[in-house]
Amino acid sequence: MISLLATRLTSVVLVMLVVSGLSFCVFNFLGDPVNNILGVNATLEQREELRVALGLDQPTIVQFWRFVERAAVGDFGVSYRNRQPVIDLMLVRLPATLELVLAATLTALLVGIPMGIYTALRPRGLLSRVVQLVSLLGISMPQFLIGMLLILVFSVELRWLSAFGRGETVQIGWWTTGLLTTSGLKALIMPTITLAVFQISMIMRLVRGEMLEVFRADFIKFTRARGLSDRAVYLTHALRNSLLPVITVVGLQVGSLIAFAIVVEAVFQWPGMGLLILQAIEFADFPVMAAYLAFVGFSFVTINLIVDMTYLLVDPRMRVK
Amino acid sequence: MTRLTGLLKDWAASDFAWRFRTSPPVIFATVVFLALVFCAAAANWIAPHNPFDPATLDIMDSRLPPVWSDGGTAKYLLGTDEQGRDILSSIFYGMRISLLVGLAAVLFSVTIGVLLGLAAGYFGGWVDAVIMRLGDIQLSFPTIMIAFFIDGVAKIVMPVAMREEMRFYVVILAIGVADWVQFARTVRASTMVERRKDYVAAARISKVGGARIVLTHILPNTIGPVLVLATLGLGVAILTEAILSFLGLGMPPAQPSLGTLIRAGNDLLLSGEWWISLFPGAALVLLVLSVNMVGDWLRDVLNPRLR
Repeated sequence: MISLLATRLTSVVLVMLVVSGLSFCVFNFLGDPVNNILGVNATLEQREELRVALGLDQPTIVQFWRFVERAAVGDFGVSYRNRQPVIDLMLVRLPATLELVLAATLTALLVGIPMGIYTALRPRGLLSRVVQLVSLLGISMPQFLIGMLLILVFSVELRWLSAFGRGETVQIGWWTTGLLTTSGLKALIMPTITLAVFQISMIMRLVRGEMLEVFRADFIKFTRARGLSDRAVYLTHALRNSLLPVITVVGLQVGSLIAFAIVVEAVFQWPGMGLLILQAIEFADFPVMAAYLAFVGFSFVTINLIVDMTYLLVDPRMRVK
Repeated sequence: MTRLTGLLKDWAASDFAWRFRTSPPVIFATVVFLALVFCAAAANWIAPHNPFDPATLDIMDSRLPPVWSDGGTAKYLLGTDEQGRDILSSIFYGMRISLLVGLAAVLFSVTIGVLLGLAAGYFGGWVDAVIMRLGDIQLSFPTIMIAFFIDGVAKIVMPVAMREEMRFYVVILAIGVADWVQFARTVRASTMVERRKDYVAAARISKVGGARIVLTHILPNTIGPVLVLATLGLGVAILTEAILSFLGLGMPPAQPSLGTLIRAGNDLLLSGEWWISLFPGAALVLLVLSVNMVGDWLRDVLNPRLR
């Protein structure tokens, strides 16, 4: 177990090194900090002075180290576009994205797992077949189309829900939440469904497949031989043993949710990090891009690490090795 | 000629052909896919209008609904967009670009993946370690995120004059680079098995060079599984391109793919003109779904472990 932890940690360090290297490249080589601060009309002497002051005359490796040091405390410089510290821009947008991703993950779990259990228990039922068919569509359909269909039905035709924005938000410290107001919750509905559809289909198929597999195992036959009720066999013994891969997939999916949140945020004009990065690319705002890259790298590494740790906790076999 | 008919007869009698004949959904998916490819390839001849020819466009015909709703005309079966372009024709032309980008991107990632996988598997040691570690790092991020970043950075770095015309290649590069790892892993695994076999030893004894052994002796024996992965990769590549284009990072409006068409129609969705974006969307779903169904089937049939 110690050696497993050690290899995982080495790979974490390696990934973070590569990501911060890329982030540094974007920040340093693509953007020009001197031009950014002084503007294009500064004299050569002024430029040289600032270069020295910023440490840009130092060797690249020293500059890289300084970049990492500053990034570690959240200092990514100033946005080219609106002249605010990048970290402030990120922190304003972070809650919107995290609430969306969290809501989508919960929805996916709460809908996907029961649907998976049901379709595994009644594989030939009519409802199961319908669910299976819909899930095939859910996997093949791009998110933005699902979002657009929802907007068409619920915003344009029925006029029930607003097609863009977060609704009213409440400020708690630096965190703005949309979870405490009615309009905030209503605004969350369509983006959440859009983001969750793929995950629901995925989790449902996974739970179904795993349960069908577990049903064939000897220990299930044994639980039957012991005369346990169907309920105990299915929910306590079978389900528990089929949830292990679900943990991995859900964990990894949270990562891809952050990626697909960019698309959903674009469809619903959801003011999160995804819209921020899209605007940053449009305006060549390199500090924001560098910061986003670092954020993405950090969150993915953290998620992967948490998934591995949960595995250790849940599966006793991993601990013996 | 007799040899050709003989080959065809052999093929018709093969297990593969039998499995194909006996699975109606796959026949259906293949027919749909081939029909879509035909529409895309023959767009110049079969499209009812030419959406790129400004002379044939009439602004009076803009935003017409499809033929079956009020105000639609038989001249434009699926309606028109805000500049009076026929949606059906735009879909044919757009599908051609989507397919081309998807195919080229898959080809590109197969090439990188196969070469790196062969190198890693054959040479082993530090070459293997470096390539596979790189792959591991890349795999900890979703493909779409990597394509998104490569594309975004490339878009900014390029000189403004070149941006539009180079989009096609940049998108292919971005998607291709984002997806090489799975091919490299597969090829590496089978290369490691193949290189211990006698025919490789025989080639080595006959003083055949390393590069030639890898490319002409080992490669043909590792390519099978890659073809299956590539089919599935095509669906992913087409979808990735559509997402990038939808976000405004993919194909430009002058060279619209299905994703670009959907993006353009998205702004008009709120005013109720749904056909401008949703018909290209339906075409995209149909295309990806048919590719995926064929890919899934190929994987099941050609993978001996699943039989």
